[in-house]
Amino acid sequence: MLPPLLRRKPAVAVLMCVPLFGLILGLVAYPFFHALFLATLNKAETAFVGLDNFSFLFGRQTFWMVVRQSLLFALVAVVFKALIGLAAAHAINTIPTKGQRKWRGMMLIPWVIPPALSTLGWWWLFEPTYSAINWGLTKLAVPAVPWLSDTFWARFSIILVNVWVGAPFFLIMYLAALKSIPGELYEAAEMDGAGPWQKFFYITLPMIRNIIAITTLFSIIVTLANFDIVRVLTQGGPLNTTHLFATYAFRVGIESGDIPLGAAVSLFMFPMLAILAFIILRNVRRRAASLA
Amino acid sequence: MGTKATASRRTFIKTAGATAVGALAAPYVKTAYSAGKLKLGLWDHWVPGANEALEQILTRWGEDNGVEVTIDFITSIGNKLLLTAQAESRAGSGHDIYSHAFAMVPLFKHRLVAVDDVVEDILSSQGPIAEISRFSAYLDGAWRGSPSPTGTLSYPTVARRDLFLEHAGIDLTELFPASDSRDPAKIEGWDWEAFLQAAAGLHAAGRSFGAPLATTPDGSAWLAHLFASYGAAMVDEQGEVVVNSDAVREVLEYLIRIAEFMPNSVYAWDDASNNRWIISGEGGAIFNPPSAWAVAKRDNPDVAKHIWHFDVPRGPAGRFRAFTSFFWGIWDFSENQSAARDLLRYVAEPEVVTQMLRASQGFDLPMIRSHYNHSQVWAEAEPPAGVLYNYAMLGDERTVFAGYPAPPEIGARIATQQILPTLAALVTQGGETINDAIGWAENELEGVLRG
Repeated sequence: MLPPLLRRKPAVAVLMCVPLFGLILGLVAYPFFHALFLATLNKAETAFVGLDNFSFLFGRQTFWMVVRQSLLFALVAVVFKALIGLAAAHAINTIPTKGQRKWRGMMLIPWVIPPALSTLGWWWLFEPTYSAINWGLTKLAVPAVPWLSDTFWARFSIILVNVWVGAPFFLIMYLAALKSIPGELYEAAEMDGAGPWQKFFYITLPMIRNIIAITTLFSIIVTLANFDIVRVLTQGGPLNTTHLFATYAFRVGIESGDIPLGAAVSLFMFPMLAILAFIILRNVRRRAASLA
Repeated sequence: MGTKATASRRTFIKTAGATAVGALAAPYVKTAYSAGKLKLGLWDHWVPGANEALEQILTRWGEDNGVEVTIDFITSIGNKLLLTAQAESRAGSGHDIYSHAFAMVPLFKHRLVAVDDVVEDILSSQGPIAEISRFSAYLDGAWRGSPSPTGTLSYPTVARRDLFLEHAGIDLTELFPASDSRDPAKIEGWDWEAFLQAAAGLHAAGRSFGAPLATTPDGSAWLAHLFASYGAAMVDEQGEVVVNSDAVREVLEYLIRIAEFMPNSVYAWDDASNNRWIISGEGGAIFNPPSAWAVAKRDNPDVAKHIWHFDVPRGPAGRFRAFTSFFWGIWDFSENQSAARDLLRYVAEPEVVTQMLRASQGFDLPMIRSHYNHSQVWAEAEPPAGVLYNYAMLGDERTVFAGYPAPPEIGARIATQQILPTLAALVTQGGETINDAIGWAENELEGVLRG
């Protein structure tokens, strides 16, 4: 016989949530508040300096370059991932159900390989002196491309790899959303003489808008926090022009031993992402409410 | 990969007995007389076979002293040696003894116990240590690391003597012979202008000089000896930013000229790229320890037989060679500091260093000068005969590393933030004016100097 407390449903519910609360406290709340604490210390971590680390960062040219690069990287990569994901989801959705599984599996491969490993493969393709792609290009009498040693191409390369890794996530989310759209809507539209583009703009897009918003939000967060691709491909070079928040925080905090400044760099994106998340999630809620 | 050397009970009793007898008979008293454990986090050597040789030496020492020795060889690729040190220093647990490359000792000095007794014993019995090594480990009046038996290295000029003779008109074997008959008057003319002319000749022949202008330790290393030879510094001994100087301008102007003769890919090179550059046969010269030659010997013998190691060019302020010192430090959380100190003393003994020099095929360059006398490894290395003779510094070169002569903690950060390569790339690739690039460096150095 259970004790009286455990016979009450709310008490059981709270009890069952304890492990989850523990995980959130240990793996989310504690690291976050510890990072906040670190960001308020001096370099030797011996004195409280308030927001000095942040004000110091605002005077650094390299930091502002990192801010611009991170935003450029995230925006361009997310746009391309969304477009490619949407196109691929549509393409797979048109395949008869029986044949869809193998295509879905194949398309997911870049997403399921550990990024550090797949990026190493890309590094071999882009290798500064003996790039496999350049070897092919020169065979075709096309000039070699400075994939990692020129600012434009280095940025192009890290965005390309990020899109390659991340597009399948959009694909799978969009595919799930497409499958949830009732077929009757398309049949009715066809009877009214709607063409493919009209069906896309007036049925598909409105029906998957919330998924697009949430997927985009999630992807922006993950892309802005990217570390492994830049670390393996360029280490932030050439001329620091491919550093993102995470790699720059790593350079300043871990490699140079200035942990408080590194913590300040990594926390800089938190308010931006919080505002973005608030706006997107508010819109999603409003749309869900209006549909209900 | 971790390896374990556990003494058996019988061996332990034998060893303990022998040690007790030895302690009575000899004036030197070991402090690691009882069974204990020592965990070592050691640098994973580039040269095949060197780790195994070190493991054997340490295993034997462990058996002789009844100490259970556990070794983890940690690669420096991807800065893993530094990252592991950061993790251990913050967690307050990990290995007892840890390998620290040049910049790491100042970064972790607050967690490394002073080993003055050990190092003073070593230096009093074996003679002086390289200038730059003392600079990086003797901090605030105390030694925070003891000389490592492996890893310490320098960055001489490594070049193809056939290409130098054909395209630059310089007979390297005559200028830097594999004997004591070098002519200082001739070597006096081996300066950065002579090097520039040689680089132009090599470039015209499609066999360019290559060195990283990217944020990688090799990039900081060769620029360190270039900057020092012009008397150009980022921060002076007093900790003042002095990058806005005529000497720095002169170096940057030189870099603009020499970058014309280097491959464009140097802006994305890592520490292995210059090795590949010369091993492949494409490159004519690099600055590197003998690892490129050692690999070429195995992978491309036709190239290896033409390689020659020799002095770095001279500048207006003298001749410098980049030098990376490796130390073994004892973490303050080590529970067996007594045995650790004994081991530090042991691995600095000339026989151990000589053994490791052989195992590393001459890659290591001891920081204690007298250790040179105990090895013929550089004289005997081949092909070609004498290839490493001048790797041991025989002339007027002084040792230096990125950040010198700034105080060690600041110098370490100048090195780890790779300010020199970025500054060089700004003027040679980024299209910035020299004044703008210096302005950028001043801004970065504010970050390095902040309290």
